Formats: sequence, structure tokens, C-alpha cells
Amino acid sequence: MDRIPILRMGNFLLVTIQVDLYDRLAQNLESDLVQMVSKTGARGVLIDISALSIVDSFMGRIIGNIGSVSKIMDAETVVVGMQPAVAITLIELGLELKGVHTALNVERGMQLLKEKILIEESEPDEE
Amino acid sequence: MKLEIAKTLQKKKKQILELWMQNQLKDESLREDLMSNDELRKESDELLNYLLDSLNDENISNIQSSDFDSLNEMISGISITRARQGFSPKETGYYIFSLREALLQALHKDFKGDVNDLMTVTLQMVKLVDGLAAVTFETFIKGREEVILRQTDEITEISTPVIRVWDGILALPIIGTLDSARTQVVMENLLVEIVASGSSIAILDISGVPAVDSLVAQHLIKTVSATRLMGAECIISGIRPEIAQTVVHLGIDLSNIVTKATLASALRYAFALLKLEVKKSTKSEV
Amino acid sequence: MYIVLNKDRMVIEKEQDVVPYRNRVKEFAVKIGMSLVNQTKLITAASELVRNMLKYANGGVTTIEVISKGRENGIRLIFEDKGPGIADIKLAMKDGFSTGKSLGLGLPGAKRLSSEFDIKSTVGKGTTVTLIKWKNG
Repeated sequence: MDRIPILRMGNFLLVTIQVDLYDRLAQNLESDLVQMVSKTGARGVLIDISALSIVDSFMGRIIGNIGSVSKIMDAETVVVGMQPAVAITLIELGLELKGVHTALNVERGMQLLKEKILIEESEPDEE
Repeated sequence: MKLEIAKTLQKKKKQILELWMQNQLKDESLREDLMSNDELRKESDELLNYLLDSLNDENISNIQSSDFDSLNEMISGISITRARQGFSPKETGYYIFSLREALLQALHKDFKGDVNDLMTVTLQMVKLVDGLAAVTFETFIKGREEVILRQTDEITEISTPVIRVWDGILALPIIGTLDSARTQVVMENLLVEIVASGSSIAILDISGVPAVDSLVAQHLIKTVSATRLMGAECIISGIRPEIAQTVVHLGIDLSNIVTKATLASALRYAFALLKLEVKKSTKSEV
Repeated sequence: MYIVLNKDRMVIEKEQDVVPYRNRVKEFAVKIGMSLVNQTKLITAASELVRNMLKYANGGVTTIEVISKGRENGIRLIFEDKGPGIADIKLAMKDGFSTGKSLGLGLPGAKRLSSEFDIKSTVGKGTTVTLIKWKNG
């Protein structure tokens, strides 16, 4: 069965989607990722979609789901590398990917995740 | 009785060309500045050859016949070239209409004996040349349209420059009305440039947009949302008081968007986001 | 009216047919020189409609055509299924409405992404959706 590999990097999980997604593959990714978050106690999930030439409402929903479920399990999700044409199309379609953060590339995404987690961790001390 | 118009014409080809050239040369709309007389003669000769070669007594009353395809093609070519060279429609039209005169003049002698024959011949010639003229006008206008379309493309291209104002900050001054076609170009240019430059902030300056109605506002909101999806922030600057008023009166919700009055204040805000500071130097020399 | 310049038909029966179908649509769009953004819009709309066909009608037949009207070239996609049909098209075209468990953006979203969009449906017989994306539209 086709699966998209999930890499673990310290506190973070890293997914690079390199193939065109069909629905089952996207659904598998969602459940695999959620399982991994719970198993590893990851604090951040980074999904690189720079190789995706289209994102339709179903994939958009899967990405949104990953974000919401991870959030409940105390992990932030950031989607990086969206193609300009994909962004324009998603807006026209009416999808805004609420619940996930976005960044230009993997490097910025990592930085963003680190900042988010740092803020959260430092918050209790400030009070 | 058969009139054998086609044969008569073919026999008189040389005479027709002379008459046609005379007609063209004596007309005051002749554009010697755009085309030399030698060139004109060559072109006319060629066209006449095509016409007389494809003409016979069957197809003479049917300009739609496929026999005339190569002729029509040539006329189209001539008309489009003339449109591009800057000939007026009248000048281009006269080129074909003066041929009718020449054809009629040439045929007149042979058929003047019988009024009915002359009438038939005249009608057929008029119909034939009218058909050619229709082709001319159609392609002439097409040629012009192409010029206009190309210019439109150029205007869209130059009217949406994306400027790198700082490391990581892009600015895009929009001048003129934002319609959906233009928004798409603006969005595309902006997003592509964001990726290319790795910028995290884009400033959309609308000082040059004459009016913001709900449609324009929607286009702006779409652009901001698309920028955010890419992982960059988008600020809208250059909001004049009138525009701010209309936006509020129309009930457009811009509360999710960072708006600034001037490009300068947007830049200041962008510096703050990037944790940059602009300081006056203590040193006196530059 | 429209002149059809090129035509292809594909049968969609299972989920895995979707990826080759999208690639085929892309090939057609690239061939007529459609811009990347319009290509993406077209393929996304196609993806939505093919999913609907699989989900509600267990598949169907799609037609991809290169068409021209005047000086404009474009791609026309037709989706025909023999599914249950749509009882209230107006409602189905509304954002956020779904009889399945989805976002309900499929049909209205596909319409927004197309230049021209038409849907015909008879309950119990099936649904036909036709969309056109012009090269520059």
C-alpha cells in the first residue's frame, strides 16, 4: 500500500509530499500523522507541499484536519512551500486552511515552529 | 447566351492592371509615404493574377467558392499588413474598390452593345468585388484588434511592477482600476516574486486606485488571503480618507487586514515585524 | 458557437483513475498554452467534479475537449454519471452544503474556478456537468 513517509526530527515531524495525492493516500497520511504525533509526543508538524501542483477541497480538508487534531494533541502544524498558482486557486475555491500556519519554505517553517513552541513554553513563567 | 466574362477579363489582364493602377495613383488617399508605387504595382499585379487565375464562369457569382481560398488568403494578408502599417480603413478599402472600377471600365467596351448584358456583367463585378471588400474589412479589423490586444497585454504587464524595497519586503503599487483579470495578474506577479525573493512581507499600495467598491475590496481581500496561504504577510497602504469612508459605508469588513495610510507607515510597520530599526547616525559625514 | 478541435474520453471507475485523469487534463491545457494559474484552476475544478462522480455515482464518463470560439481557445470538460441525480441543484450549488461529509465546496468551488459552468440532473437518472475554462479567462 502506498504511504507517504514521515520523518522525525527531534520534537518535530516532517512530511514532504512528492507525489500527486489521491484521496486514500491523503487519508492515510492524516491517520499516520496523528498516530505519530501521539506516539512521539511531537510538538510540531511540518508539511512541505512545494511539489504539489494542485490542492483541491478534499486535500485542503485533510490538511485542515491534521492541523486541528494536532492542535488538540498540543502540536502546531505548519504548511510550507505552497505554489502561487495553488494559493490563488485555493482562495477562489473558498478554502483558507484555518488552523494551520503557513511559511514560505522549510527553513522558515522550522523557525516558525520553534518560535511558537518557545512562546508557549515561556508563557507560564511570565505570569 | 453565355457571356464568358471570365475569359474576357483574363484576356484584358494587362489593361485592367493599368486601369487599376491609374485609379489608385490618381486618388488623393494614396499613401506613398507608407508604400512605394513600385511595390503597389507588384502587389496589385499579384492579386490580379490570383483573381483571374481562380475565376471562371461558374464561380464568378459565388465568392464563397473554395476556388477563391488562395485569393482570400492573399487579400487577408494584405489587409492585416496594412492595418499594422497604419493604413486607414478607407485607404485599405479603396485599394479593393478601385479594382472594381478598373474591371468595369475594361468590360464596358465589350458589352456596351446590349444594355441587359452590360447590366448583368456590372452586377456580377459589383458582387465579386463586394465579397473581396468584405474579406478585406474583416481581416483589417482583426489586424487592428491584434494590435489592441498586444497593447493591452503590455499595459497589464507594465502596470504591475513588484519592487523589492528591502531585504524581505516587497512593494506593489497599483495604479488604475482593479478588475478581476488585473487582480489575477497582480496576485500572480506578487506571489511568484514572494517565492523568488523569499520575502515575508508584501505591501500593496492602492494610492493610485481611483475608487474602491465592494468588488475591488473583494479582490484585495483575496490577494491578502493568498499571500497568507503562501506564508507571507500582506499590508495594504495608501488608503485615502475618501476610500476609507466608502469602505465603511459599503459595510466592507477589512478588519482582518493590516491597513496603513501611507507607504511610509506600512514600511515602518514591516520593519517592526522584521525587528529592524532605522536610526539616525551619530556620525556627521555620510 | 464552439468548434471542437480535439477530443478524448476517459472512464472513471476508481479513485486511482483520478491522478491519470488530472494529468490528461493538464496535457490538454498545456497544449493550448494555458497559463499556469488557469491550468491549476481547471485541474482543481476537474478534481472536485471527478470526486463527486466517484462518491455519489460510483464513477462515470468524462470528456476532455479543446474548443474554440472566435479567437478564444479553451478546454471543455464534461462529466456524465448515471448516479442518483441531484434533487435541488440550487441548494447543491450553495457554499457549505453537502449530503456527504465534506466541506460542501466541490460544486460551487468548481463553478468559481471555471469560465462557464452548467449542470443538468434528473433524479434517478444521473447528472451531467459541463465546464469551460478559456485560455485567458
